[in-house]
Amino acid sequence: MKNNYIEPQKEQTVLKAKPETVSFLLAYSKALKVTECNGIKFEGNLN
Amino acid sequence: MEVQVNDSTLIKNYISGDERSLEILIQRHNQRISSFIYSKVMDRDITEDIFQDTFIKVIRTLKRGSYSEEGKFLPWVMRIAHNLIIDYYRKSRRLPKFEGGDQFNIFSIISDEKLNIERQLIKDQIDVDLRVMIEELPEDQKSVILMRIYKDMSFKEISENTGVSINTALGRMRYALINLRKIVEKHNIVLTN
Repeated sequence: MKNNYIEPQKEQTVLKAKPETVSFLLAYSKALKVTECNGIKFEGNLN
Repeated sequence: MEVQVNDSTLIKNYISGDERSLEILIQRHNQRISSFIYSKVMDRDITEDIFQDTFIKVIRTLKRGSYSEEGKFLPWVMRIAHNLIIDYYRKSRRLPKFEGGDQFNIFSIISDEKLNIERQLIKDQIDVDLRVMIEELPEDQKSVILMRIYKDMSFKEISENTGVSINTALGRMRYALINLRKIVEKHNIVLTN
């Protein structure tokens, strides 16, 4: 009887972004420079 | 013992130029954000793309100094990811169009089941005419046809409702249809759609 009242557990997929994606983001962050001139913000990618 | 620096401190440090703080933030929330995205799109490559786009937005916002939700970093990132998931579904809904050429007309295999306005008007008129003709029938036949056609009752239900046997109800239905045909022929009524 007990089995009738137990809902099947949904399989939760746990995953992480690949290390390549993380290192890309870190490299992007390092390369991105924001400069403000006369109240306007300019984005520059110093790669 | 390692002391865990909270998100808002890491954000402040990152804005001040400490790139290592961003790495900690990404690693700290990587699993949660990736799993959230994956639970919506169910594709690992798309999850990776959306994760990357999410953090590009995060990085740009932080570097531009536009971030103001101090202490609510994770919900903010999740909201960005959520919006990107919606964008992804919007884009993927734009399926390639299939257009017919000289050899093949797409409308030959698909059609709209609904009546057009002209046919709907004709149908409405037929319904009205039929109702007028039913009113001309004897009372016992009229009640059987109303219950069967308009109230969708079974002959068993009709027999119980009218206090007659099923065979009598069937007989009344038969006579009702015969009489309706007679009225149609007598008055040259055209009932077609």
